[in-house]
Amino acid sequence: MTETRVHFYQVGSFAVGNRLLSDADRTVQASQERTNSLDAGHRACQGCGEALGARYALDAAMRATGGRLVAVNATGCLEVFSTPFPETSWRIAWLHSLFGNAPAVATGVAAAMRAKGRDDVRVVGQAGDGGTVDIGFGALSGMFERNDDVLFICYDNEGYMNTGVQRSAATPPTARTATSEARGPEPGNVFGQGKDLPRIAMAHDIPYVATATVADLHDLERKVERAMTFRGARYLHVLVPCPLGWGAASADTVRLARLAAESGFFPVFEAEHGVVTGVRRIRRRVGVEEYLRPQRRFAHLFAGEGRPDLVARLQALADANVERYGLAPEEE
Amino acid sequence: MDRPFAITLPVGSSRANHTGSWRVERPVYVDRLPPCNDACPAGENIQRWLYHAESGDYETAWRTLVEENPLPAIMGRVCFHPCETACNRVRVDEAVGINAVERFLGDTAIARGWRLGEPGPDSGRRVLVVGAGPAGLSATYHLRRAGHAVTLVDGAARLGGMMRYGIPAYRLPRAVLDAEIERVLEMGVEVVTGRSVEDIAAARDEFSADAVFLAVGAQLGRRVSIPAGDSAKVVDAVTFLHRVAEDDPPLLGRRVVVYGGGDTALDAARTARRLGATDATIVYRRNRAKMPAHAEEVEQALGEGVTVRWLSTIERFEGERLLIEKMALNAEGFPEPTGELEELDADALVLALGQDTDLSLLEGSEVHVADGVVPVGESMMTDVPGVFAGGDVAPSDRTATVAVGHGKRAAKGIDAYLGGQSFERPERHPLAAFERLNTWYYADAPRTERPELERIRRQTNFEEVIGGLTEDNALFEARRCLSCGNCFECDNCFGVCPDNAVIKLGGGDRYEIDYDYCKGCGICVAECPCGAIEMVPERI
Repeated sequence: MTETRVHFYQVGSFAVGNRLLSDADRTVQASQERTNSLDAGHRACQGCGEALGARYALDAAMRATGGRLVAVNATGCLEVFSTPFPETSWRIAWLHSLFGNAPAVATGVAAAMRAKGRDDVRVVGQAGDGGTVDIGFGALSGMFERNDDVLFICYDNEGYMNTGVQRSAATPPTARTATSEARGPEPGNVFGQGKDLPRIAMAHDIPYVATATVADLHDLERKVERAMTFRGARYLHVLVPCPLGWGAASADTVRLARLAAESGFFPVFEAEHGVVTGVRRIRRRVGVEEYLRPQRRFAHLFAGEGRPDLVARLQALADANVERYGLAPEEE
Repeated sequence: MDRPFAITLPVGSSRANHTGSWRVERPVYVDRLPPCNDACPAGENIQRWLYHAESGDYETAWRTLVEENPLPAIMGRVCFHPCETACNRVRVDEAVGINAVERFLGDTAIARGWRLGEPGPDSGRRVLVVGAGPAGLSATYHLRRAGHAVTLVDGAARLGGMMRYGIPAYRLPRAVLDAEIERVLEMGVEVVTGRSVEDIAAARDEFSADAVFLAVGAQLGRRVSIPAGDSAKVVDAVTFLHRVAEDDPPLLGRRVVVYGGGDTALDAARTARRLGATDATIVYRRNRAKMPAHAEEVEQALGEGVTVRWLSTIERFEGERLLIEKMALNAEGFPEPTGELEELDADALVLALGQDTDLSLLEGSEVHVADGVVPVGESMMTDVPGVFAGGDVAPSDRTATVAVGHGKRAAKGIDAYLGGQSFERPERHPLAAFERLNTWYYADAPRTERPELERIRRQTNFEEVIGGLTEDNALFEARRCLSCGNCFECDNCFGVCPDNAVIKLGGGDRYEIDYDYCKGCGICVAECPCGAIEMVPERI
């Protein structure tokens, strides 16, 4: 008992930094020396979760690789808001080609580095959920199948936000988008469709697959570092709330990511060679309603008499995640 | 612009785009008043000294603490810690054990011989402090810091007032009391003991004092007329405790009844137990919920075998028999007699029905007395210029901590008076309410309780009942502080900004917002654990 007492640091493992911790135990983001891979002046909306997630992940990757990193970006919000010609927000080696080919281009960069004998340079491919689960899916599956030495990061904001909030295969059931309107007996996105890409990635038996959110920085950074210890294809799926597309307050970005994980709606776990090796257990469990209510894309579930039947179906999805991955808090 | 196909864009070029122009609200760092500081009668900056204690820098923590209160080892024992009642952590798990950490710091300071700072540069003015209890000692300390000479006069043989002659040694060991008094005197104080001031104006002249602070306390036990036989032994609690403190306890016999429901009644009953009484019974006219004594004192007394007759008044005391009448609470919660009588065996009756001030030294002076106390203004000055009053003499809750606060405020008032300035209370920050915290970020941690002396041991001796924290425990307890309303540099704002618009200054200098790029999303405000940032509208 005395042992654990000494290791209690007020906000030790939850906040970004802590003056009481040694430098080695602090996050990359707590350091004044962090890369700031994505620089200020970018044109992401107020409170953009993707801008936050990209800086978190890439700064961690920069530390893990000693700065020897190339990032390949698919088309999407992240690309558009960071590089409006002639400006760029990137402070790292970064290139963009097309919407659907980012995994293939990343494979090519990795091959080029190998040909040049630069095994020290590591490659990250990155895209939003559209570029990953829909448009870039074939190229990504090929990259996994060949076990190319790339860490592919999906910043999942659950829709095509850049083009005006259309549904993607990562949009959750009942969510209203421009192409899944809140009308009819089953308003919003339908149940039973869409792709669970982390599980699809696991099915390729690649060395490392993990999910994370912008609400748990320690967890996210650790997973990027862990990913960089492997060679071969790796996949990181980061939930990044979108104030615009979700109809949420810009200040709620981190809170919504936290509620997604704490409700079990978004399971946070990691897997090696197709087998789940670790989960981030829920700390203060909440019902999905607490996660859904602040988002206008789910407003039709609560307007008037509401749709408790649909909320219950969403809760069942969360409960299934909790069951599948063993996310329940320790005291339960 | 002439750039080739497959361009390379210059690093840093996006910085030309000042996204701060999108903003309609801006985040601003604020310091709010933590509820502990707000509740502390001595005006301690508790959050700040806990901050230093958290890093194990106990000396800085102690020095921050004694900026306001020179008696932490004493307060860490006798204060009823309204800070802990106010603590926001109550709503997370349990209040931070502020009092226990204060005691740890006070004891560490005594053990390591830390001394209070040097007195301020000599002002050439002298202040007469009448009464060397917590108010008088606190005033003395703050006056010396301001550079004023102090003559400290007390009627008793030794300094400390009620801390020595009222509070029993099992709550406040005399070595601790002596050490903290001595440390104040080291700052250079002219001390006159065993001298009761009988005329305030004459004393002011005699000691050539430019100002006077009156802090003689409430030393008179209140008596009521209870029909009692000649053989009945009746003593008031103040006298009883005073004589015990002087090692001359009156013989009360084996069955002692204490009449009253305040902390003094409990002190008297617990002291009687320690002096060998087999039965120490408190008779109180109302019920437990209405008892003015502090709940933990009641708990401890019951644990030591003190019994209480609730809803009872004493009718008569003849020889070895007390006649008590049962009471019942009426609709307004006031006790009313029922006419039902009971008998209680007793060898002695101790009256603990409150205390009065002895203000005879004000007779013939211009100082106004109302309802047995001296009305004072903001600066603790009476209606006679240069005469200040505090502690139990002034209208107050009459605790040692309130007295310490009075002493400090009076010292500031006297300093302003002597400098020909008007006294102004410093502006208070708005309160750091619980709703402003984001408690997600705080680690779960239950409170560390101080060890209690085993009951059987404390029934028979005057050893200290409550033990201290070990260093590990004190550090743990300090780190439970939520730092309400005051930045503790957790780097959250620096981390969660999607626009890199928070600049970390580091090394205790906190952070700055880069308004060229801050889009005003408010994530930093939402995710600040302690509520030290707020959004304010932009002027558009």
